[in-house]
Amino acid sequence: MSALRGRTLAVWVLVALVGALGWVMLALARGEEVSAAWMVAAALGSYAIAYRFYSRFIAGKVLRLDKTRATPAERLDNGIDYHPTDRRVLLGHHFAAIAGAGPLVGPVLAAQMGYLPGTIWIIVGVIFAGAVQDMVTLFFSMRRDGKSLGQMARDEIGPVGGAAALIAVFAIMIILLAVLALVVVNALAGSPWGTFSIAMTIPIALLMGFYLRVLRPGRVTEVSLIGVALLLLAIVAGGWVNESSWASAFTLSPGTLVIWLVAYGFVASVLPVWMLLAPRDYLSTFMKIGTIALLALGVVIALPSMKMDAVTDFASNGKGPVFAGSLFPFVFITIACGALSGFHSLVSSGTTPKMIQKETQVRMIGYGSMLMESFVAIMAITAACIIDPGLYFAMNSPAGVVGTTVQSASQAVTGLGFSITPGQLAAAAKAVEEQSLLSRTGGAPTLAVGMSEIFSKVVGGGGLKAFWYHFAIMFEALFILTTVDAGTRVGRFMLQDMLGNVIKPFRNVSWRPGVWAASAIVVGAWGYFLWVGVHEPLGGINQLFPLFGIANQLLAAVALAVCTTLLIKSGRLKWAWVTGIPLAWDATVTLTASFQKVFSGDPRLGFFAQRTRYADAIDAGTVLPPAKSMADMHTVVTNSTVDGVLSAFFAVLVILVLADAARVCVASVRRPAAATLKEAPHLESRIVAPAGLIPTKEEKAEQLATVGAPGEESP
Amino acid sequence: MRIASALARVPRAARWYVRELTGEAAYEHYAAHARRHDPGVVLLTRREFERRRTDAREADPREGFRCC
Repeated sequence: MSALRGRTLAVWVLVALVGALGWVMLALARGEEVSAAWMVAAALGSYAIAYRFYSRFIAGKVLRLDKTRATPAERLDNGIDYHPTDRRVLLGHHFAAIAGAGPLVGPVLAAQMGYLPGTIWIIVGVIFAGAVQDMVTLFFSMRRDGKSLGQMARDEIGPVGGAAALIAVFAIMIILLAVLALVVVNALAGSPWGTFSIAMTIPIALLMGFYLRVLRPGRVTEVSLIGVALLLLAIVAGGWVNESSWASAFTLSPGTLVIWLVAYGFVASVLPVWMLLAPRDYLSTFMKIGTIALLALGVVIALPSMKMDAVTDFASNGKGPVFAGSLFPFVFITIACGALSGFHSLVSSGTTPKMIQKETQVRMIGYGSMLMESFVAIMAITAACIIDPGLYFAMNSPAGVVGTTVQSASQAVTGLGFSITPGQLAAAAKAVEEQSLLSRTGGAPTLAVGMSEIFSKVVGGGGLKAFWYHFAIMFEALFILTTVDAGTRVGRFMLQDMLGNVIKPFRNVSWRPGVWAASAIVVGAWGYFLWVGVHEPLGGINQLFPLFGIANQLLAAVALAVCTTLLIKSGRLKWAWVTGIPLAWDATVTLTASFQKVFSGDPRLGFFAQRTRYADAIDAGTVLPPAKSMADMHTVVTNSTVDGVLSAFFAVLVILVLADAARVCVASVRRPAAATLKEAPHLESRIVAPAGLIPTKEEKAEQLATVGAPGEESP
Repeated sequence: MRIASALARVPRAARWYVRELTGEAAYEHYAAHARRHDPGVVLLTRREFERRRTDAREADPREGFRCC
């Protein structure tokens, strides 16, 4: 026994040393290029320690996971949505549901401050905030038969906090959809290869939908394999189109793409689910898991070295071209999903809690899959930092900064303190067969360049760079478009619910005029911001991404506030700091960012200062660059007003939720006996199943002893 | 010997995992569940079952929503 313990101890000491060595190499390297191997070491070492010790502490001491208590899946098993699901399958499900474009895009933008600030927050943030939020939300929702975050806020905090939370979720959804669609527009504008391949996903999805509905219902694996094969063909065919006379037909301006996307969003969201959404979902999940696995493998095999500085000057002076503002608070806002994502709380309080087999598995599903997501973010920041910093800034600065020629871009990059020659810029675009890579903001193209560099090192050499670039673009655009469709439906559903309180027929979700009207409103709302983003003289991503980050982090604040309230109400006051500290941090970061966005006197940072500057110039009759005309000037004034009002609106909503939650917390600390919990009753669990990925010796014995009890149905 | 038998299990385990993850096995779960509760039950056909399952997402799109 003690020998075993000694060996275990030795293993954990080794893991800690590897992780610590990774951190030391990342932090102390100055002047020379650091290998990505140290990123991987620092991340995996830290995750292992955090999972083994911190998540175990939360599971045992804080939440007191109870293996004798039946989960909703066991109690309410209906063979369909409530169904005890094998932990390994549910881990895959949950991971596929939380991983999206966010953790890929945010870290790429945050790389403007160097690789170190982003990496530290991705790892530390996930350990103490992101994974904790996901796990605790999952736990409380599971104890309430899978209730949604909004419902929990209403039941456990009160009608005011609940209503504010609902409106916040809706508003955040709109900004999310607009920003994600903007990422797609920036990746596809002027790129016939990309536009053709993405357009082809629509007929492919329709074909798959028909196959599943009519030909062979339910045969998801075979139809997905057919779909993926067709998808790869579409990417290759994009290269042919690029060389052919069709190229001009698929070369679209950003404005045209907006119209197409809005039309697509509307039509897709009113079509039956089986036609487009369900098949696209299968396709994008396959591509997502496959590509993420490839990327992780590629980084580990190629072990590229990082060309970006550890910390750039933009971290302290706040004058970065990608987004304005200094390290605190904007690095945290920008990274968003990879470290702490409010949106995960919607998944953790949605499908997953209805499928979990044993209470004890909350740790592996909630905490574990968020660690995996964080690793995806680490891969993304690595991919952005291995490309030439000069190219990075030429790609990620707004058009108003870099201009439209390789010469002007080269000059602008030199002005930022980095260097790249016009020839190098032209060669980089040629290598991936794009007309231009200048000002391709939004993160996706940068990530695609980084990925093509990594993949081409492993397979195919430089000749396959263009294929890998468009493969990466396709993979991101594919699941962003799926999110646009699914998100529009969720927004519509919430809107119908809200409108239903005023106009009765809206409550019936299958009332067609209601569906059409609500869809049009939702698409119109995100379409407006998308249009604004594309025509923003100051750069759409530069202006809108901070709003998206703030919105996402504010949603996390709502989730953490609900968790903290529930910890206190359920007699866990002693441990309320577990979600209380991340809540305090997140609220500080986000409200500081909102405050700066609203009140900062620096026109680069504060929306209203920006408005004043441009409005004064209009009165004086002058045109301020990067605006090119008086019309541009008026656009800036309108946009900064809308953005400023929205920032303030988000902050007010969240302060409302926080204040209402604080009221409930104080009341239940004063009179613990009066706190009412809406928890489902304790019923004895009959299922026997391991808690973690690998069963322990005791769990194996327990399983053998209870043959015949319902439980594992694995091979 | 033990290694060989473990290796032989890999394709089966992989097939099981993919079918579970994609929801391809959902019909079998439904059928097993329905029979367990009522041996004489008249089951939906696979076609009918899959239709209802997809159409349920129509009614509440929050089910199965994926993240940013």
